[in-house]
Amino acid sequence: MVKKTFTTETQRHRDFFTKFKNAFLIKLLLSSLCLCVSVVTFALTSKAQIAIKGETVWTMASEPITNGVVLVNNGKIEAVGTASQIKIPANYKIILAKVVTPGLIDARTVVGLNGYMNQPHDQMALDQSSPMQPELRAIDSYNPQERLIEWVREFGVTTIHTGHQPGALVSGQTMIAKTVGKTADAATIVQTAMIAVTIGEGAIVSGGRAPGTRAKQAAMLRAELIKASEAVRKQDEDKKPDAKPPVEMRAEMMQKVIRREIPLLVTAHRAQDIMTVLRIAKEFNVRIVLDGAAEAFMVIDEIKASGFPVIIHPTMYRAGGELENLSMTTAGKLKAAGILVALQSGYEGYVPKTRVVLFEAGLAAANGLSMRDALATITIDAAKILNLDSRIGSLVKGKDADLAMYDGDPFEYTTHCTGTIINGQVVSETIR
Amino acid sequence: MKKHLIYIGLLLLCFGSASAQEKPTAFINARIIPIVGQPIEQGILLIQNGRISAVGDARTVRLAADVVTIDAQGKTIMPGLVDSHSHIGDGAGADGSNPIQPDIRLLDSVNVRSSSIQRAQSGGITTVNVMPGSGHLNSGQTLYLKLRDNANVIDDLLIIDKNGSYAGGIKFANGTNALRTGSSNFPGTRSKSAALVREQFTKAQDYREKIRKAGTDKSKLPPRDLAMEALVEALDGKRVVHFHTHRHDDIMTVLRLQKEFGFKVVLQHVSEAWKVADEIAKARVPASIILIDSPGGKLETLDVSYTNGAALEKAGALVGFHTDDYITDSRHFLRSAGLAVRAGMSREKALYGMTMANAIMLDMQTRVGSFETGKDADFIILSGDPFSVYTHVLETWIEGKKVFDRSDPKDLLIATGGYGAGSNREVHIDCFDGDLGGQE
Repeated sequence: MVKKTFTTETQRHRDFFTKFKNAFLIKLLLSSLCLCVSVVTFALTSKAQIAIKGETVWTMASEPITNGVVLVNNGKIEAVGTASQIKIPANYKIILAKVVTPGLIDARTVVGLNGYMNQPHDQMALDQSSPMQPELRAIDSYNPQERLIEWVREFGVTTIHTGHQPGALVSGQTMIAKTVGKTADAATIVQTAMIAVTIGEGAIVSGGRAPGTRAKQAAMLRAELIKASEAVRKQDEDKKPDAKPPVEMRAEMMQKVIRREIPLLVTAHRAQDIMTVLRIAKEFNVRIVLDGAAEAFMVIDEIKASGFPVIIHPTMYRAGGELENLSMTTAGKLKAAGILVALQSGYEGYVPKTRVVLFEAGLAAANGLSMRDALATITIDAAKILNLDSRIGSLVKGKDADLAMYDGDPFEYTTHCTGTIINGQVVSETIR
Repeated sequence: MKKHLIYIGLLLLCFGSASAQEKPTAFINARIIPIVGQPIEQGILLIQNGRISAVGDARTVRLAADVVTIDAQGKTIMPGLVDSHSHIGDGAGADGSNPIQPDIRLLDSVNVRSSSIQRAQSGGITTVNVMPGSGHLNSGQTLYLKLRDNANVIDDLLIIDKNGSYAGGIKFANGTNALRTGSSNFPGTRSKSAALVREQFTKAQDYREKIRKAGTDKSKLPPRDLAMEALVEALDGKRVVHFHTHRHDDIMTVLRLQKEFGFKVVLQHVSEAWKVADEIAKARVPASIILIDSPGGKLETLDVSYTNGAALEKAGALVGFHTDDYITDSRHFLRSAGLAVRAGMSREKALYGMTMANAIMLDMQTRVGSFETGKDADFIILSGDPFSVYTHVLETWIEGKKVFDRSDPKDLLIATGGYGAGSNREVHIDCFDGDLGGQE
């Protein structure tokens, strides 16, 4: 069951939406013979058996299927194929949609830690007491009932990689969650995904405190990694099973980075900062996921040679400050160079409080990415970067039954998301 | 010295060519959306000397022998977009000394070389209301600009009326932005905000009365007061009041003030318009809305809705759109119309809101906002349907001159972003593209 809590005003807003949309909805539903959807309740259990019939089904594992069927059983995808290949068992609930895609993945966001009110009590993605806090867990701040999670879910986003925001040299951990779940523990699928690092203007501190320059940032990060390397070396040499040293939370996380158990998620926008990241990665042989990377198009060969994936800034991000040179065409250029790239909603400090990856991918499709590749940046390629492609990101037998449904080309401004399914449950029927 | 001579020569050359009578230019075979009237398939837009001379198709528009024709087959042409609320040009209005500063002119603050102006051109915006911010009850006088190319000084962008004065409105705000606790002169509550604004308008009424009483006797005129002069213009309907307002109760406060003082007002943002759409329509007050990607970001916008356009249209109110650039990027202005349609607004009213409705809100409807004979030749050429994410603005024309061309690499850089796109425009001598070198 999805727990729905709204403020009174939000509820009124939704009531109005429903009322206003009635005439339009009836037309829409009749024309697409989708009446079944309108009477589906949230009482579906994870054991629900559903057949989703789509005029176009983007599996992301094959060419899109015309007149496709996705069978969902017990929270997983049971079968995918054409209507003629798949026999729908009699007891399955049938949902019709014009276009079906895998549930969307937002590869980098802060929703859940940062809330839509933008007041001190609901902004939890950055603690500025210290520039080096890898021990901060995202799950301890994650509010699964945050309005913005519901908002992105209604556009088809089913998985978010969320956590500590850029703004401190090492601001904390990130986590991966489904956009449904009453508690943070129920929503979370990866408790510690990456360690968020920021190199560049975004994490330079003023007032005589460190880090005050780029070189200082690099030195502090290197010092921390050297300390972790030494500790790891010592642990490996000193293999007495009983001699477990006391757990030190901060050191433990950086040691996991040195052991390549978790990657550093490094926000770096200027080309020079991206190069600093590559330099440090080489020195310590750590795993890196580049984040933001506004000037990535200037060092494409170098990024390609590093083998690191890029979670590129939102296509419509504001071009200012260290992002002044960002381009809407970068995702397309990285893809063309053979670099694994995903899109993100990023971090917003004001209005809008979050972006929606669906829209960002649409603009990327209008600026150099093919429809398929743009969709990949928010589904299968995002899943690969998050190391979850065996579980989510495409419509393949055995994967989680996370799906999004649309009444047309998902990227078009005038298309609506008509429903979202997570773990085999219909979690949204709002027409967005 | 030699360089200066080259400059003078170039300037003379430019001047010489500009003074000649232009040949008529016809854009043919395009899908034309005139805004006033039905779309025309295989249409013709005829322009000359910066004005529209005819709109129609091969049966209704006669082309003279000397006409220059431009084939726009497969493209869509519509009036240049009008943005009724923007902050392009890096301007700043009122300072922190007082919550009400009607004497402040944005005119004295705009950087015409700001890259933001070029961004707006690439987004198809031809006329724009550039405003000071909303952190004051009144942050000063706004500026209506035509985004003509290669402006050297602010005068190059101004819109001058018959009396020789430049066009602009005045910016007010209510709600939380202007509230400052602990300040001696800024308001701490909504009631105080309204009281301070009412106090100033009441003073302005007195000031106007003194001027009226003085008649031709100059000795009886009150001493000049720049703030009062601007507010009197607002009271007289010569200067439109652009009122930043979000919450339903704040919107009603604006309607109350409007009724009391009779100024011409445009409701700006109106995040909760859907809650009081009937009241807005009944007051016959226009509303300029903004479409943003998610609710929240500040307490006043928790309930902002994509349905505002549809709700206001249904109630019968005049609805326009704005970017509030930097809040939304001018390059994506057409997206606002798309999202409004997504939430139930009609396509016709959405396009009207991007052009004519905004022109009406700026009192510019006789010059811009639709394709009608005699209006300014401000238009955009689109690669496809205005509501599609895949559509690009290919060209932007203002008063018969092309100010943006996506096929020009320099312009494309502005449109998509990239290295140098955020830098301010370099000094440019009109009609000369070469490198003069040295300091300009």
